[in-house]
Amino acid sequence: MVSLADKQQAGAAPALGGIPFLLVLIVIAAGIFAFGRWLNISYAFFAGYVVLQYIVLGTAWNILGGYTGYVNFGITAFFAIGAYSSVFLYKIAPSLPLPLMVVVGGVLAGLVGLGMGYLTLRLRGVFFSIATLALAVVVQTLITNWDFVGGARGAYVLRPRVAPLIGGDYVQYLFLVMLGLCVVVLATARAIERSGLGYGFAAIRDDEGAAEASGVPTLKLKLIATVLSGGFMGMAGAPLPYYVTYLDPASGFSLNYAVNAIAMPLIGGTSSWLGPVVGAVLVGGLQEYIRVTISSAANVLVAGGLMVAFVIAAPEGIVGLFRRKR
Amino acid sequence: MTTLLEIAALGKRFGGFTALQDIDLEVMEGERLGLIGPNGSGKSTLVNCICGTLRHDMGSVRFAGRPLDGLTAHERTRSGLARSFQLPRPFASLTLAENLRIPILYAVNARGDGALSGPDIERRCLDLLAEVGLAEKAQRLPRDLTQIEMRKLELARAMAAQPRLLFADEVMAGLSHAEVDEIIALLFRLNRQGVTVIMIEHIMRAVMELSQRLVVLVAGRKIADGAPKEVVRDAEVVRAYLGE
Repeated sequence: MVSLADKQQAGAAPALGGIPFLLVLIVIAAGIFAFGRWLNISYAFFAGYVVLQYIVLGTAWNILGGYTGYVNFGITAFFAIGAYSSVFLYKIAPSLPLPLMVVVGGVLAGLVGLGMGYLTLRLRGVFFSIATLALAVVVQTLITNWDFVGGARGAYVLRPRVAPLIGGDYVQYLFLVMLGLCVVVLATARAIERSGLGYGFAAIRDDEGAAEASGVPTLKLKLIATVLSGGFMGMAGAPLPYYVTYLDPASGFSLNYAVNAIAMPLIGGTSSWLGPVVGAVLVGGLQEYIRVTISSAANVLVAGGLMVAFVIAAPEGIVGLFRRKR
Repeated sequence: MTTLLEIAALGKRFGGFTALQDIDLEVMEGERLGLIGPNGSGKSTLVNCICGTLRHDMGSVRFAGRPLDGLTAHERTRSGLARSFQLPRPFASLTLAENLRIPILYAVNARGDGALSGPDIERRCLDLLAEVGLAEKAQRLPRDLTQIEMRKLELARAMAAQPRLLFADEVMAGLSHAEVDEIIALLFRLNRQGVTVIMIEHIMRAVMELSQRLVVLVAGRKIADGAPKEVVRDAEVVRAYLGE
């Protein structure tokens, strides 16, 4: 017989608690930002923002898609709700600080997540996915026909020349906001994984009927997942109008966001918070490199090609490859 | 002894097919009940209706004096019902120990009285696995198990919810003679701890040994209910199994 203590030693390496992990994340984020300031290249912030945005988007998708197994294709709906809530707020109160807009965008997208979850979570598997796809179409149609936020013509957002609080180029401020969002989202994702909630999500993903029979309130847990997932996607979208300065439905609802938000967790690995990070850095970085060196159209090909390769060769993603076989 | 489970005029239809009709059944606290019947007679449907996996169309189910009608499956589990599935349905991405952690977190701890924390949960998972002889594989995934071990895992997971009433749905199918004895001993042990056991089983040796009372379902109707030795001699039961 193997004793309990031996088992624990044989298990994973000693892991950090929630608060120390958060502190480590903050230190890493501060280090990244300080390094960026030292480099002082505007393009580095510009490209880094995209990667960070995909870390948030991929992690948000993974909370529903990876942890509970409900594949959401309606990413752009949530992302654009965040983006367009900022456009709306910019039109009525241009002086509102960006972090506040992020919170509003997140709350709105989270509420839409709650509604969508309530209506569609009775559907399983591919039927749920199709319903989410429909949501993206519905939201895009609404936004396209809403003149106040620019309608089909699009809306211009004039961003301040100098970043508030930190000084320097405004894109540095956007980068910092997204960096902070990464810290929040990653700390949340990891906390879920290590809590009872994470076990409940895993039970739902593996067998919903057996989960119910084991006492798991599946509907409630799935709603928590859709709210968190949708809310974080909305937060990821909220700074977008300031980043692009001109937002129209074609760019806000671009298929790229949906493809990347699914491809990155799949490539990095859906079972751990680290997966979407690895996927976003790798695929996002590669796309940016190809966009600059080869062609701006080739970057979608990268996500598609890698996704196919990984689904076939390494279904558990990069993190799965390194994880010791149990 | 008090009545733990009370089923009155229960009926279930799937479209035009009547799966269960007018089922009346009372189970006493601490009883060991055998539920038998030919394939397709509605045994598992009855369990599904009681546990909330399916909604019944007619009649009522009361458990521990409380009506269960309208409660979801997880609420019923929390109120003290637990079941194993006839075809094992383990949580495939979780280790065996983690499989048992789910009902402890979501059924036992949700009841509020005597919630377990961290190391206690781990210990309890390992103890339960040891009871069904799976302690060595606690950190393995269900895909490493044989069909027989999966049935044991099913039973352990149901036990982990600390039920007052346990449905063992064909947990012994495919097991060797010695293993059947092991499971029988395990069910006896649980019963001595106060758990009421309803066993659905085709292995008559086990049914006869364990059951204090035997209920027979045929084509969705209850045709016999009584002492095992008398029930198996009942003319109608013999006809249902062997034909005219």
